[in-house]
Amino acid sequence: MISTVLSTVLAQAWEAPTIDWHALAPELVLMVGINVVLAIDLFLDDAKKWIIATLTGFLMLGAFIPVVTLAVLGDEVRSLFGGRYVVDEYALVLKGLFLLIGYIVVLMSQNELEEGGYYQGEYYLMMLVSVLGMVMMASSRDLLSIFVALELLSIPAYMMAAWRKRDAKSNEAGVKYYLLGVFASGILLFGMSYLYGTTGSTKLTDIGAAISAGDLIAMQVIAVVFVIVGFGFKVSAVPFHTWAPDTYEGAPTPVTAFLSVASKAAGFVGLVSMLFIALYAADGVYEPFIFVLAALTMTVGNLLALRQTNIVRMLAYSSVSQGGFILMPLAVIASGAAESALKAVVIYLLIYAFSNLGAFAVVIAVSRKTRSGEISSFGGLMSYAPGLGVLMTIFLASLTGIPPLGIWIAKFTAFRALLDAGNGIGYALAIIAAVNTVISAAYYMKVLREMWMKPVPDGDTTRIVVPQPVMAALGICAAGTLVLGIVPGLVLRFADLADLTGNGLLSLVGG
Amino acid sequence: MQFSVLTDDNWLLTVGTFLPLVGVLIMMFIPAADETTHKQIAVGVSGLTLAVGVWTLIRFDYGAAESLQFYADVEWISVISSGYTIGLDGISLPLYFLSMAVTFLVALYTWDNMPDAGNPKMFLMLMLVLQVGMAGSFIAQDLILFFVFFELVLLPMYFMIGVWGGEDRQYASLKFFLYTMFGSALMLVAFLALFWKSGADSFSFMALTEAGAGLGRNTQVWIFAGMFVGFAVKVPMFPFHTWLPDAHTQAPTQGSVILAAILLKLGTYGFVRIAIPMLPEGAKAWAPVIGILAVIGIIYGALGCLAQTDMKRLIAFSSVAHMGFVMLGIATLTPLGINAALFGMVAHGLITGMLFFIAGSVKHRYHTLEIKRLGGMLVQMPKLGWLLGFSAMASLGLPGLAGFWGEFPALLAAWNPNQVMGLSTDLFRVLTVIAALGTVLAAAYLLWLYQRTAFGEPKPEFVSGAHHARSLSAAANDEHGDEHGDDHGADIHDVTRLEWIAWTPFLVAIVVFGVYPQLMFKVMDPAVTQLVENLQVGFGR
Repeated sequence: MISTVLSTVLAQAWEAPTIDWHALAPELVLMVGINVVLAIDLFLDDAKKWIIATLTGFLMLGAFIPVVTLAVLGDEVRSLFGGRYVVDEYALVLKGLFLLIGYIVVLMSQNELEEGGYYQGEYYLMMLVSVLGMVMMASSRDLLSIFVALELLSIPAYMMAAWRKRDAKSNEAGVKYYLLGVFASGILLFGMSYLYGTTGSTKLTDIGAAISAGDLIAMQVIAVVFVIVGFGFKVSAVPFHTWAPDTYEGAPTPVTAFLSVASKAAGFVGLVSMLFIALYAADGVYEPFIFVLAALTMTVGNLLALRQTNIVRMLAYSSVSQGGFILMPLAVIASGAAESALKAVVIYLLIYAFSNLGAFAVVIAVSRKTRSGEISSFGGLMSYAPGLGVLMTIFLASLTGIPPLGIWIAKFTAFRALLDAGNGIGYALAIIAAVNTVISAAYYMKVLREMWMKPVPDGDTTRIVVPQPVMAALGICAAGTLVLGIVPGLVLRFADLADLTGNGLLSLVGG
Repeated sequence: MQFSVLTDDNWLLTVGTFLPLVGVLIMMFIPAADETTHKQIAVGVSGLTLAVGVWTLIRFDYGAAESLQFYADVEWISVISSGYTIGLDGISLPLYFLSMAVTFLVALYTWDNMPDAGNPKMFLMLMLVLQVGMAGSFIAQDLILFFVFFELVLLPMYFMIGVWGGEDRQYASLKFFLYTMFGSALMLVAFLALFWKSGADSFSFMALTEAGAGLGRNTQVWIFAGMFVGFAVKVPMFPFHTWLPDAHTQAPTQGSVILAAILLKLGTYGFVRIAIPMLPEGAKAWAPVIGILAVIGIIYGALGCLAQTDMKRLIAFSSVAHMGFVMLGIATLTPLGINAALFGMVAHGLITGMLFFIAGSVKHRYHTLEIKRLGGMLVQMPKLGWLLGFSAMASLGLPGLAGFWGEFPALLAAWNPNQVMGLSTDLFRVLTVIAALGTVLAAAYLLWLYQRTAFGEPKPEFVSGAHHARSLSAAANDEHGDEHGDDHGADIHDVTRLEWIAWTPFLVAIVVFGVYPQLMFKVMDPAVTQLVENLQVGFGR
């Protein structure tokens, strides 16, 4: 039996696929880097672990170089492995984003880890692996590679969440994240198996063609729902968000920043690839479903954020609610707003990364002095650390969506996509989002009010010493938030639908 | 429809608008302890900005006040068809200049009158950012650009009230913020809907005015509703006015002056510049509603004033009434009415700004603004007392002072609303009569206020206890250096030299515009006439 199978397999001539090494260069740099970091870490004593941090930072930037050269040189879409792994402008923008987030998080982590005496070498290793998974996710156009990328980015993240080994809360964070994450992977895999079973292919374009060819059958409806639910966990959409606040609070703050920005963005990237390429024609199923998810996510996230007294929990719920805003344009992609919806999602992910990471960086800097995560510990910050105060004001005002700070243009493009669709779903979501923007202002203002208008708790006005790496992270985030808000043209031209359409979406959208 | 542009000196507006940011950048690198330097930079930069404003006044071609001058159109966010489009015409010129003048004078006033919370660095930086937002809103000729500037004023004002304000500052500032935020969120949705529904090829005012008129009636009415909420909150119109008394009462003097003189005008300016010209059908449908709410605001504001026990709160309520007259003028959709409204905006800015300055000085001297504790101001501080009288007279619309030319023509215009647009004459005549009653009430509450605070003998607590009050507040006031040179240690002194310097331009302008209103009307009229003509053309389509 086995011999017959083997003989048939071996009988087929195996052709090595032609590999475009340049297109894979970012992944290769990271892969080599992972091994180098692993090897060097063995021979370093604890006092010299900063070398690993520096090396990891350089690796992120090093992987950025081929992303830039690919963007500059290649105007054509590079399609590998029969269109299962694609490097187009959409993928490049997101790869760049993931690497940049990785770099900023390394900057934010360094002092935290050194002073906490955590497992530094392993931490950076995990982070590199996770970023590798994200970078792969941006290019994956096949059910298998999407799933592999998702696991590759998730599993290290489970461990990073539990990094403070002796802290019960951190353990709780890791375990919760792990159990729910694995559960979500199972659901996703289940949905994918139905897709494969009913269409006979794992390649997204083939699935897209098969689904658009005829009416949906019941199994495909289930598959679409399960895939969205699976990613819904990843992007912490309500009602699949329950892990997020506990995990965010328990995990070390840099890890929380990483999860709330990079991991969430990777989830969205996977969801976007699935929706736009494979499931596009199943709009009757996903549009109302995502409508409900988006409306629930932003509203529930906001209402819960209002009640928080811990800044990290507040930011956790706020990031849940921001996820709703990112999800929102996906509810109208098949209603004539495909192009503006894709643009809105990508722009939102880009700008949100800067503002949210910045807010976390300020939290890290301030908690070095206050040793507290309470919002009240920010009292009177303006009086003794005006620099940090102004930066936090910029980041939170941006998250609220006040022009001319970053996220206003992201919210603007999201609104634009909804109104572009011009149907009932679009208008209803736009109104819900407008109301939610005002609600969100209330809790962001709560922090601003503490910083600007409340006295310093305990009258302790010791200067806050911001370590150099955190300072650099703050600088990058502030520059990103301000510049992208004032000259959004810099990123708005990215993520034209034409790039995604290069792989078969074109025929589906008919444009 | 006709639009014309002149592109001479198109750098002028950009420099005038963004110059204050240079001051902010410099101040950022100077330690907060160096308070005098910060004050010098703020006064210097806002003075320079004002100089650019004066140069703008000189270069403005008054023979072509209806066309956009210093016009520039640079690519900004091309993906969403929004450009950096700026220009100035007779409608925006007075407000643009007013914002520069007020900011300069307020910065000057701050020299000796820093609010108690201290930290002039942050305070003055916020004020300069505020100025950028205000000036920018008046030059923007692109809807998205306008929105960005319009929102830019939000945070600085929030902090100004919340950090340097009175007892209830946190409540007042949050209320201000959430009201405005709610208005702007709906406004933005309305802007986007206008753009998409009309199929305009850009967000520029011109393109949208062309394209907006082509929309169906129902669409226009709905989009107008969104803009109405956004602008009406800012004006503020009844019933969206409840944030105003709190914000005004709690804000520091500087904040109240800027709020009254410029910020409220962003709302009325939005109606004149954006909502009405772009949506003629919507304007027609909403004009009666605006008229009725405006008149309710006039009466309600006046009655509110009569019930107040706090001087500053009274002035705040009088703003609701005055802005009611402005909105009534706008609601008539006639050249006369809109001219009156624009004049009323500037006049109200000058007069109410002046009243808030006086209220600030009274508070500074008596440490209270409770009307029943005040009295005999004319005896103790004859000059300040006379200034209060002068401003009160101007505020109640005494002919010969600026306030008159905002109210009287508005009433006149309401008697004959725009017939081409088909507004109901009967309704507006009823409104005229009720609004005219409002002027009587205005005389009542202002004269009553004046009588209670300025006439009679000073209250005993401020005669014998003056020394005591001084010593109580000495610690708080020492660094603000009262320059009155009074060595008896009494807290109650007449108008200081700095106050004269900061206030004289207001007083002069109130008299000059009162005696010779043509000075402003002739700048505004061509632009307003063309606006109404375009409106009627658009209505006919």
